[in-house]
Amino acid sequence: MSVFTTLLLRDMRLAGRSGGSAVLALSFFALVATLVPLGVGANLNLLSRVAGGVLWVGAVLAALLSLDRLFQGDFEDGSLDVIALSPLTLELTALAKICAHWLSTGLPLTLLSPLLALLFNLPGTATGVLFISLLIGTPAVSAIGAIGASLTLSLKRGGLILPLIILPLLSPSVIFGAGAVSAALDGLSPGSALGLLAAFATASVLLSPFAAAACVRLNLSS
Amino acid sequence: MNFLFRYANPHEFMRLSGIILPFIAIATALCFAIGLYLGFSVPPDYQQGTTVTLMFIHVPADVVAEFAYGAIAVCSLLSLVWRHPLADTAARAAAPFGALFTALAIITGALWGKPMWGTYWVWDARLTSFLLLLFLYLGYMALWNAIEDETRAARACAILALIGLADIPIIKFSVDWWNTLHQGESIMSGKIAPVYLVPLLIMMLGYVLLFATLWMVRIRTAILERRARNLMREAV
Amino acid sequence: MHFDMGAYGVYIWPAYGISALAILGAIGWTWAGWRRSKAKLAALERK
Repeated sequence: MSVFTTLLLRDMRLAGRSGGSAVLALSFFALVATLVPLGVGANLNLLSRVAGGVLWVGAVLAALLSLDRLFQGDFEDGSLDVIALSPLTLELTALAKICAHWLSTGLPLTLLSPLLALLFNLPGTATGVLFISLLIGTPAVSAIGAIGASLTLSLKRGGLILPLIILPLLSPSVIFGAGAVSAALDGLSPGSALGLLAAFATASVLLSPFAAAACVRLNLSS
Repeated sequence: MNFLFRYANPHEFMRLSGIILPFIAIATALCFAIGLYLGFSVPPDYQQGTTVTLMFIHVPADVVAEFAYGAIAVCSLLSLVWRHPLADTAARAAAPFGALFTALAIITGALWGKPMWGTYWVWDARLTSFLLLLFLYLGYMALWNAIEDETRAARACAILALIGLADIPIIKFSVDWWNTLHQGESIMSGKIAPVYLVPLLIMMLGYVLLFATLWMVRIRTAILERRARNLMREAV
Repeated sequence: MHFDMGAYGVYIWPAYGISALAILGAIGWTWAGWRRSKAKLAALERK
C-alpha cells in the first residue's frame, strides 16, 4: 500500500473516532441549521431564500473546526519531521491530508445537507443544486484551509487566527455556491455558478498542496 | 535588481530615506493644500450635488488601500525569492496603513452611499470587496503578531500575502458577479467631468505620497528598533 | 471656496472629519514611534 494511501487512511481513522472531527463537524452544521430559523423566525418563504447562504456558511464554519489540527498532531509528536524525510514529498503529504479532511468532513457535511435543507423548506431542484455545490466546493474549503493550517502550525492558539486568515480567501466559494442555489430557486440555470465554483475548487486543490508544503517546511526548519 | 540591493543595506536606506523624507513630506502637504482648495472650489455636480466632494477623499483612500497591498505583495516576493533583507520589515510596516486606508475607504464610501442610495450599506461590489480586503489586512497583521520567531513570521506572512494577492482578483470577480445578480449600484460609474478630475488627481497623489511618507518613517523606526534589540542582546 | 453643502453636509463633514482624524492620528502614531525608538537607541548607545 503506498505511503499516500496509508497516510490518508490513518488521518481518516483519527477523524472518524468518537469525539473526532467528523462527528463534531456534522453536529455543528446541524446546530447552525437549527439556530438560524430560531433566530430569523419560521417564515418558510424567507428560510428557503436564505437556505443556500446559511447552509453554505454553516458548512464552511463546520469544516473549519478541525483544520487547526490538520498538521498539528504530526508536528507535535515529530511525525512530520519523519514524513519530511520520507520519499513522499511534503506536497503529496499535504494533498493526502487535504483529501482525508474532505473525506472525513466536507463529504459528510455534503451528505447531511439535503436533510438540513428540509428544515429550510428548500424545494427539490434547489436542494439538488445545494448538494452538488457543496460536493464541488467543500474540497476548496479543505484545500485553502490546509494552507491556513500550515501557516498557523507553530502557534499554540493558532485556531483563533486560522478562520480570520482563510475566510476571506474562501469567500468566492460561498458566493458561487450559494449563488447557484439562488439561481435554482429563481428558476434560472445554476450552470455558470457551478462552473465558476468548479474552477475555483480545482485551482485550489491543485495549487494549495504546494503552498501548504512550503509553509510546513518553513515551520520544520528552525 | 542590483539597484534594489545596493540600497538593501539598512545603513544606506537610513541615509537615503533621511534625505528624501523632507521632500516627500512637503510634497504631501502641498498636494493636500492645493487639492482641498480646488476640491472645495468646484461647482456641485449635476447629478450628485455637493456629495461629489466626497469623491475627493473616498477615491484616494481606495487607491492607497490597494496600492499598499500591492506594495506588501512586492516586498513579500522580494523577501521570498530574492531574500532582500529589508523586504520583510517594509512589508510589515506597510500593513497598518493599508488597513487604515481600507477602513477609511469603507467609511467614506458608506457616507457617500447614504445620500446616494438611502442606506449606509447596500452591498455594492466595490465596498464589499474593500470589506474583504480589510479582513485580509487584519489576518496578515494578526499572523505577524502571533508567530514569535521573526524569520518564520516573515516567511509565513510573505506566503500569506502572495496567496492573498492571487485570490484578490478572484474575490473581486466573484463579488462583481454576485452583485450583478442582485442588481447593486456602484458609486463610481461613468465618466468624471474634467473640472473634478484635477482636484481628484491631486488628492490621489497626495494620499499616495502620505502613505509613502508614513511608510518610510515606519521602516526607519523598525530599523532603529532592530539596532536597539541587537544592542540589548549583546549586553546580555 | 464654498463650504455650504446644503442637506448633504451631514454626510460630508463627518466623512472629512473622520478622514482628518485618521490621517492625523496615523501621522502622530508614526512620529511618536520614531521618537521613542530614537530615544531608546540613544540611551542604549550611551551605555
